[in-house]
Amino acid sequence: MTLLKMKFNQQRRVRLAQGLWLMSWLAVTGGAFIFCLGVYLKTELLRRDEVMENAEIHVVPNILMMVGLASMGTNWVASRVCQDSLDVSRFPRWKVPLLAWFAMAALLCCLLLTVVVLSYALQGSLEDSLKVGLRNGIRFYKDTDVPGRCFQKETIDRLQMEFRCCGNNNFKDWFEVQWVSSRYLDFTSQEVKDRIRSNVDGRYLLDGVPFSCCNPASPRPCLQNHLTDSRAHYNYEYQSEELNLYSRGCRQALTDYYMGLMNSTGPGVLSLFSCVQMSVLLSMRYLQTAVEAAIASENPEGESEGYLLDKGVKETYQDVRAKVLGLLKFGQVDPSEDASGAAEGAKTADTEKAATPTPAS
Amino acid sequence: MALMVVKFDLKKRVKLAQTVWFMYWFAVLAGILLLSLGLFFKIELRKRSELMDNNESHFLPNLLIIMGLIACGINAFGGKVCYDSLDPLKFVKWKTVLKPFLVFCVVFNALLLVTALFCFVMRIPLQFTLAEGLKNGMKYYKDSDTPGRCYMKRTLDLMQMEFRCCGNDNYRDWFEIQWVSNRYLDFSAKEVKDRIGSNVDGQYLMDGVPFSCCNPGSPRPCIQQQMTNNSAHYSYDHYTEELNVWKRGCRDALLSYYGGIMNTIGALVVLISVTVGLQYVQSSLSSLANPEDVESESEGFLLEKSVKETFTDIMTKMKTMGKGVKVEEGGEEGIATRE
Repeated sequence: MTLLKMKFNQQRRVRLAQGLWLMSWLAVTGGAFIFCLGVYLKTELLRRDEVMENAEIHVVPNILMMVGLASMGTNWVASRVCQDSLDVSRFPRWKVPLLAWFAMAALLCCLLLTVVVLSYALQGSLEDSLKVGLRNGIRFYKDTDVPGRCFQKETIDRLQMEFRCCGNNNFKDWFEVQWVSSRYLDFTSQEVKDRIRSNVDGRYLLDGVPFSCCNPASPRPCLQNHLTDSRAHYNYEYQSEELNLYSRGCRQALTDYYMGLMNSTGPGVLSLFSCVQMSVLLSMRYLQTAVEAAIASENPEGESEGYLLDKGVKETYQDVRAKVLGLLKFGQVDPSEDASGAAEGAKTADTEKAATPTPAS
Repeated sequence: MALMVVKFDLKKRVKLAQTVWFMYWFAVLAGILLLSLGLFFKIELRKRSELMDNNESHFLPNLLIIMGLIACGINAFGGKVCYDSLDPLKFVKWKTVLKPFLVFCVVFNALLLVTALFCFVMRIPLQFTLAEGLKNGMKYYKDSDTPGRCYMKRTLDLMQMEFRCCGNDNYRDWFEIQWVSNRYLDFSAKEVKDRIGSNVDGQYLMDGVPFSCCNPGSPRPCIQQQMTNNSAHYSYDHYTEELNVWKRGCRDALLSYYGGIMNTIGALVVLISVTVGLQYVQSSLSSLANPEDVESESEGFLLEKSVKETFTDIMTKMKTMGKGVKVEEGGEEGIATRE
């Protein structure tokens, strides 16, 4: 029993070919757009490469770029097939390539779905990568004289100013790290000696933050030092002060930014594109079956039937499975020395036997 | 003797009409570009109008917008005329309008060039507006509790961070004004009393700058307070310190930003007027080349007589018109001289 049979006369076939040609060019544009989206996302991730410890999240833009390019190629092929479909002499050469085309188009749809799932699933990995990267950035903030790390200070400062954030989780992360280089510390002064002695590692820790944490929207000139001491500044209450510094942590800020980027474009664009791709796939199948039936019949200009699947879903699945198993059996060593006919007879018996066992295979 | 006579047969006329039609639509796009440039410039001025005391002159962007709209209009009209020019029935109704239209186009082109000149010249008044506005902006930096000025601090801080500048001419401008609000000054402290007593106006002046002046590229954590006191900071010499705060003044930074925008717009306007002017030449050829009989050859020219003769003609016409207006009593004579 064929699946979703439809009748096609010559005019309908022509219409189908024209519509499919238009849709495939639309899908090519969509593929180009997805490629550009992937490039944009990758550029944004690379810009903040210095505060990310691993590059696991890069798999999302990589797949997007691949899918974009592949879909451009695939849909261009579809448009060529459309152009040849109404020419009886040129259509038969597409018979075998179309099988590969269907596999490719189905693969693309699956990949698109994978990308959407991945962009949500990799959020945890992105956060971890940012946590380690930012922690290192804050630790090496003072090393402006160490080659390889001399730009950490500028990177972190610009990051905090641009994303309006401070520290890893919040501004207190700066209290736990020595962010003032020893080059600028007067080791003879009592204050410096006190601070260095106050902790095990001999680091100069202070309850202050760099200037890049300052919030311009605060009504008061920025307070950077002695933040926990309410008496150090006039009319200042440490517990209730909110606008002085940025209250958000940079890990949260960056995660929100990238998740926003991926989630705003992801589901909308990708689901739209996969709809277009699916409709191209289905229309191509109808076109293929209708034109083949027309060519095979005595009257190529007359009516023909188009369908999605020759038999029902279950039967087609069993057929395909049998074929695949047969191919696999072909690869194995065949002890029989008879002609291939006997071997094939054994094979059909084998496949039938193989088809009946439990679906554990 | 006509100027630049060219012979036209039907095919050449069709080709000419097509080219000119295409160029008219290209000119419409150029008009749209002009309009959007004017809008962009207007928005940029609005964004920072606080820093210019809200009295910056919007003359130039308004002019650009109007010129853009007029350009779109007349070029669309020209395109329509061109489209009709090969159909003698339709063309007849346009024939009378055509000559004044072309004259108007030439005048409009001259106006475009004047606009371009304005773009380059408006830099000077902008300089004064910016200087005045920034000085006042810095004065109101501390007034974050005064309605109407409470966002000046944020605007100024964001501007200094974005344009990488400090103060009006340089960072020392901050030493001359009180930028810390009295709400945050402890008037019982000795230091505050000393500073207030040190100047005539009783202002709390200090040799420090706001945090937005800090340069992130400095290898050292930013030094904002006691900047002229070398002994206040370890290993610090304020004469040789270069990377600590931004060296450029905000007036220079903003002026070069807006100057860049105006120069680009001016260059584009010159380019547009030259390109559009060229096709008016072609369109005059096309318009005058259409005789009643479609299929025959015809001659097209730019001007009926040579340049010198046309000019003397125009001068005489103007003189007679002037005479006609003056001599009101000798009405018949006036009419006779005009003829």
